[in-house]
Amino acid sequence: MSLTYFGLMLLLLTAAFFVGRSRSYAVAGGRFADLHSLPVYHGLFVALGVFAPMVLIYMAGVPLVRYLAQDAALSFFPPDVLNDPLQRSVILRDVVRVAAGQFAGEPSATLKDAAAAAINTQNTGDMAIIFGGLAAGLAALIASFWQISLRFRARHWVERFVIIVLGVCAIVAVLTTIGIVFSVMFETYRFFFDPSLKGRPTVLEFLFGTEWNPQAAMRADQGDIKTAFGFIPLLTGTLLITFIAILVAGPLGVFSAIYLAEYASPRLRAVAKPVLEILAGIPTVVLGFFAALTVAPLIRSMGEYYGLDVASESALAAGLVMGMMIIPFISSLSDDVINAVPQSLRDGAYALGATKSETIRQVILPAAFAGIVSAFMLAISRAIGETMIVVMAAGLAANLTFNPLDAVTTITVQIKTILVGDQEFDSAKTLAAFALGFVLFFVTLMLNLIANRIAHKYREQYD
Amino acid sequence: MTSDAFKARIKKRYRSEAMFRAYGALSLAITAVFVIAVVTDIVVKGMPAFWQHSLVLDVTVKADDIDPKATKDPAVIRAADYFTLTRDTLRAAVPGVEGRLAKKELDGLMSSGAANELREMLAADPSLIGQTIKARFLLSDDADLYLKGGETEIEKFPGRGVVTPSGTTGEITLLTSSNDFADDLVRVKKALAVRIDGLRRDLRRAERGDPGWAERIREEIAGLEARVNQPSVAETMDANLPSLLVAMNGGLVKLTSIGNADAKGTVILPLTSAADAQPGTWDVVTYTRPEANRKISDLEVSFLEKLKADGKVQNHFNTIFFTAGDSREAELAGILGSLMGSILMLSVTLAICLPVGVLAAVYLEEFAPKNWFTDIIEININNLAAVPSIVFGLLGLAVFLNFFGLPRSAPLVGGLVLGLLVLPTIIIASRAALKAVPPSIKEAALGVGASKQQAVFHHVLPLAMPGIMTGTIIGMAHALGETAPLLMIGMLAFVVDVPGSLTDSATALPAQIFIWSDLPEAAFQAKTAAAIMVLLVVLFVMNGTAIWLRRRFERRW
Repeated sequence: MSLTYFGLMLLLLTAAFFVGRSRSYAVAGGRFADLHSLPVYHGLFVALGVFAPMVLIYMAGVPLVRYLAQDAALSFFPPDVLNDPLQRSVILRDVVRVAAGQFAGEPSATLKDAAAAAINTQNTGDMAIIFGGLAAGLAALIASFWQISLRFRARHWVERFVIIVLGVCAIVAVLTTIGIVFSVMFETYRFFFDPSLKGRPTVLEFLFGTEWNPQAAMRADQGDIKTAFGFIPLLTGTLLITFIAILVAGPLGVFSAIYLAEYASPRLRAVAKPVLEILAGIPTVVLGFFAALTVAPLIRSMGEYYGLDVASESALAAGLVMGMMIIPFISSLSDDVINAVPQSLRDGAYALGATKSETIRQVILPAAFAGIVSAFMLAISRAIGETMIVVMAAGLAANLTFNPLDAVTTITVQIKTILVGDQEFDSAKTLAAFALGFVLFFVTLMLNLIANRIAHKYREQYD
Repeated sequence: MTSDAFKARIKKRYRSEAMFRAYGALSLAITAVFVIAVVTDIVVKGMPAFWQHSLVLDVTVKADDIDPKATKDPAVIRAADYFTLTRDTLRAAVPGVEGRLAKKELDGLMSSGAANELREMLAADPSLIGQTIKARFLLSDDADLYLKGGETEIEKFPGRGVVTPSGTTGEITLLTSSNDFADDLVRVKKALAVRIDGLRRDLRRAERGDPGWAERIREEIAGLEARVNQPSVAETMDANLPSLLVAMNGGLVKLTSIGNADAKGTVILPLTSAADAQPGTWDVVTYTRPEANRKISDLEVSFLEKLKADGKVQNHFNTIFFTAGDSREAELAGILGSLMGSILMLSVTLAICLPVGVLAAVYLEEFAPKNWFTDIIEININNLAAVPSIVFGLLGLAVFLNFFGLPRSAPLVGGLVLGLLVLPTIIIASRAALKAVPPSIKEAALGVGASKQQAVFHHVLPLAMPGIMTGTIIGMAHALGETAPLLMIGMLAFVVDVPGSLTDSATALPAQIFIWSDLPEAAFQAKTAAAIMVLLVVLFVMNGTAIWLRRRFERRW
């Protein structure tokens, strides 16, 4: 039905375009310079005139017909059954299956009748949509056809429409943010305040609890295992791994940037830049595989050699590899800000007799400081939100520890663990993932906003 | 002027200069080494997975088994029972295997899909039925892994004296003319000594933690030491010692106990006769890694070694890897399903991102009025680019699956989520490309009477297109490698069939990598690395294309 409708619409649109264009030729009668708009715009104008009502009718008609068909089917069942939402949804599902011929077993007579009625209504409705749409399209075609004249400003109309389309595209990004905020906030709100939810924590319990154990909330018969939604162990785990990562990536990234910007010959730059880009382009699932199967066992055996107890999923392994992942991020951002420091500052320092490293330490780095700080904050935000490396190389147990050789878990690991597989949206466990997602979104957003603000506010203005 | 203190200061300054420079070079070097380590590690782990081993055996295809009514219908031929045929063919290739357990181990060498190739061969050419043909049978992943090496070393020591077996099958005793097993017994005692060293290391750890465990280890060490200290007392072999076998009279005997002059053992491959074996005609074979420490048993090693010696093992390119979907059996698992899933997903992503992203960029760069609302859009896009990808997964789960009721694991949903994820990247790249077009172009168009939209769409946008394409390809590469949001929307499924439509259950290449990396079988580890290699090659080609586009079409104004 949709295919037929849009097929017909496409035909009508094409026809409308050519009708409108040839009409403008006819109106101009050879004096094209007198036409306000090019014939192409007249064609587009008529086509858009057809497009708008047909799309509107489709968008309004389809849900309406579906609702009517449902209504027709449900009228075969007694009202007391229909008042129970569970039975109602079961009936609707069965009717859909009978109508599609996929019902397992022999449907009851009522079901058959209901399905027949639903199909009947659906078909009638579909016909109505198709003919209604065609009629409206034709009417619009004729109406816009008569609009065309020598002075008619078809181009203005078309351009106005184009601007609206462009604006809508720009708003998609905003809608995405709104979608994220609302979906995550809504479930988070339910997690804390929905009275029908069993085992939900208070906000304070969540923020300051030191035990994380969402699994116990799964089954009722596990009553004696205490469910706990304490966020602190996840926070410390995330911070520990992030700290290790920044400890690795910070110095390496900044020194790489300094070397590339100030010391490296063009030939070395031509080699080193792509290497950093390759590192930036390696998917994190690959780095996770490397962390879990190569780095973690290596650290473990090294620890054993020195007589240390290293967990097989140590925070150190995940943090090291994550640090490596962030290096290109920090180095490219720092490279940009170092290059933005004007040459005159360097020349001034050299003229005073400073060596290159003194110039860098005492002139360039202070000038680029805000940019580098902002790069670090963006890197921290990236590390906190990184998922695959920690999912593959960090543990699941929520240990409250700062020992990098122990296994810790992170916010992203817990979100992934809870949400992989089937979920029901009415368990505290599932909603806990959304609460974690909210925290993650909020923290990274704040870090980004502050980073951008620092970069803007404290940027040294030269020239 | 140049006092000593001054010279010292100069020296110090130059030294710190050199140090500083060295730090920079070192940082770059460490990063480069890491990249090389990752890539090398993946390639070393993944390369073996592109090859696999099969047996090439003569198989007599009886018409009664495959197509009794001579229909020559491929459907009938495909539906026939190949299990028995495969099993009997293999048993014919390794004759004389006795005992239920040994037979089971022999059968287990074959993959459960061993007969797939034969089946397709017969279906394609039914005239082969009734003939004896050479066909290829896929080995199981464990057998394949053994043949690729690394499981155990095999050492051969030529026998010196004369050995007399007490029989040709079953449990037999081997008697030597003099102390011909003395060297082998020494090797066994040495292996025991090595084991004691290992236990001592465990003991140190146990003493710190678990006293009961430490006590048990101490007892075990004492027992082993008693055995080592009596060099000529016979040893009973166990799975924690290297396996000793005697190859003689065309057969193979696995030793269960060994003394200086005699040994007891079980016949694995039957001896042709119970005659004396003269010096030089028999060998003591050692599988150096103890049976308990490897995935493959002595029996299986012996069978495979015999098949290999008979020239029946073939190493060939692993086409299954590129033509099959996922499977529980490592040797039958392939990436085609996940690759198709990724392609379907990326087509959705591209269909959303390219038009929406470019049009949004055109709006923001060329038409948007400067007011608070467009400011919000701008800030929003910049921040959206930095939102963790897993949050987009939450969005997909809550909105597309829960609210709109779209199917789980569908490439459609994955594509939508990835579309939203890379949209900011594409908008930012497109805006940069539009900005790079000099205003003179637009002004010239406006000057000859074009409308603003005509100037933008006819002149500015085409000139910005190479830059936009470069940004789009890089965005798509980013989307291809993204895994975390896919986990949220059920793309982590076990999907055997290659998906054909946007609403089929599917997985994506990086999700497949994640699934395989979690599996315990060693063979899947190689598969994971191989799948990563495929992913990296695709990404490399995409990024290479983007760079090439940039070089080829970029114009400096």
